[in-house]
Amino acid sequence: MPTRDSGEQQHRSRSEENDKVDEETAATPSTDLAARKEALDADIDAILDDIDEALETNAEEFVRGFVQKGGQ
Amino acid sequence: MTVHRVMGIETEYGISVPGHPHVNSMLTSSQVVNAYGNAITLPARLKARWDYDEETPLRDARGFDLTRADADPSQLTDEDMGLANLILTNGARFYVDHAHPEYSSPEITNPFDAVVWDKAGEWIMARAAELVTRIPGAQPVNLYKNNTDNKGASYGTHENYLMRRSTPFADIVKHLTPFFVSRQVITGSGRVGLGQDGRQHGYQLSQRADFFEVEVGLETTLKRPIINTRDEPHADPEKYRRLHVIVGDANLAEVSTYLKLGTTSLVLAMLEDDFLDLDLVMDHPVREMHQVSHDPSLRHLVTLRSGRRISALQMQLEFLEQARKYVEDRLGADVDAQTVDVLDRWESVLTRLESDPMQLARELDWVAKLSVLQGYRDRDGIDWDHARLHLVDLQYSDVRPDKGLANRLQARGAIERITTDEQVAAAVQTPPTDTRAWFRGECMRRYPDAIAAASWDSVIFDVPGHDALQRVPTLEPLRGTRAHVGDLLERCATAGELLAALNRDA
Repeated sequence: MPTRDSGEQQHRSRSEENDKVDEETAATPSTDLAARKEALDADIDAILDDIDEALETNAEEFVRGFVQKGGQ
Repeated sequence: MTVHRVMGIETEYGISVPGHPHVNSMLTSSQVVNAYGNAITLPARLKARWDYDEETPLRDARGFDLTRADADPSQLTDEDMGLANLILTNGARFYVDHAHPEYSSPEITNPFDAVVWDKAGEWIMARAAELVTRIPGAQPVNLYKNNTDNKGASYGTHENYLMRRSTPFADIVKHLTPFFVSRQVITGSGRVGLGQDGRQHGYQLSQRADFFEVEVGLETTLKRPIINTRDEPHADPEKYRRLHVIVGDANLAEVSTYLKLGTTSLVLAMLEDDFLDLDLVMDHPVREMHQVSHDPSLRHLVTLRSGRRISALQMQLEFLEQARKYVEDRLGADVDAQTVDVLDRWESVLTRLESDPMQLARELDWVAKLSVLQGYRDRDGIDWDHARLHLVDLQYSDVRPDKGLANRLQARGAIERITTDEQVAAAVQTPPTDTRAWFRGECMRRYPDAIAAASWDSVIFDVPGHDALQRVPTLEPLRGTRAHVGDLLERCATAGELLAALNRDA
């Protein structure tokens, strides 16, 4: 059952978690972050190249032609 | 007390014949279902119809029935329209609902199995569409696991949760409304376009949010309510209610589905045990649901009746904290692994959403889709009104392995899988072992010619030596499991032997 002091406990545990996250973030060297961002960008470029091949031709007509009846 | 409970997911898929936007979608949906039925089953099995005897779609959880004359025709879901209907050996129902092919998963007992049998539904749809293309003269049919055409129409993905009948419905409304408004940050599938017809430009978290217009109600096809009151338990109504959740999006990302079912099941457990000590009541939940969805930055502050203003993320964190306390209080060290996993993932997802939502691109649909869309916006210098972005939104949910963008992202590891292909392939054929779906699915596999009809809570046999059809009720969802009837079915070579054995035991 919930107790009266549950609110305080929640607050404490939340702020402890936040501290933990802050420490982790602070401990990560910025060069790592930059490298990670670069890798992510390269990754998204590769993903877009892959998706380009799969996309239906004539986007406008294809999207316009997708007409549904309502359901539940 | 855990994430475990009898649950299921039903999904109406979008259907189109490219180049022919106005074909009769009831007919094409029937074609899809029948193509699958013809390929996988003996012709005799097609005669098994759905048994509507126990269906009460007009029963309202608030304690009254809507009369049939007052109902919209689309609410009469217990009338057999003669549309295609299959009961599969995996215990699922694959049929035509309104103008869409629908896959209703078998009853499962945990969120991981929910993902496995939901994914099996995607595979079944993909296979069915492929089979249609092989019919001489038939137009190719595309199927989409989404919830809107962006032109004003929406179709549903419903979750079903078996609950204790004794839980007051008013408590359900009080706590589930803020839970549903806020869980979009995890369960949204992402949508290009705002408003029911998508005419306003922009990106939002949810496919479904804009189609909700009232707080509580019986309807599912018009004036859609955040809390649906359909009270049709498909089980002993004295003991159970089936909570019919209609606010969810169709998820492709497995983590989204897993957390959707896992966290909702935990919140329901807390409701059943009267544990929740939260005051997140809103004066305008429908408006807040739209506004939360319309803000992918996750900074929107919801106004509570108490005057407090709080983000959807913070609301979810409060539910999470209560769930952690509840599980610790009730189970301590005896907690099961999947409940721990759901709690840990829930916390991890919320924590990362708080620092940078884009970190969730491998786990949540709305973020995965947004990261691709943002890539196109940056690379091609296009904005939300551009047809290519609308196409990416649509094609994200294409069920084909090569054309479906979510499938392609999963294949290259850009979206996380928690299931394996082997598990999903098995779930296409076989039922979960731990619910009555086992009995239903195994009967379909073993005695296809002898089954006249079936439903969630019955299997009806037509066997020689009996003048009348023999109805075997399956009102208790946790009976008819492999542990319960596996040996019996193994001993009975025919349905006649099975019925004789059941009559002896009765």
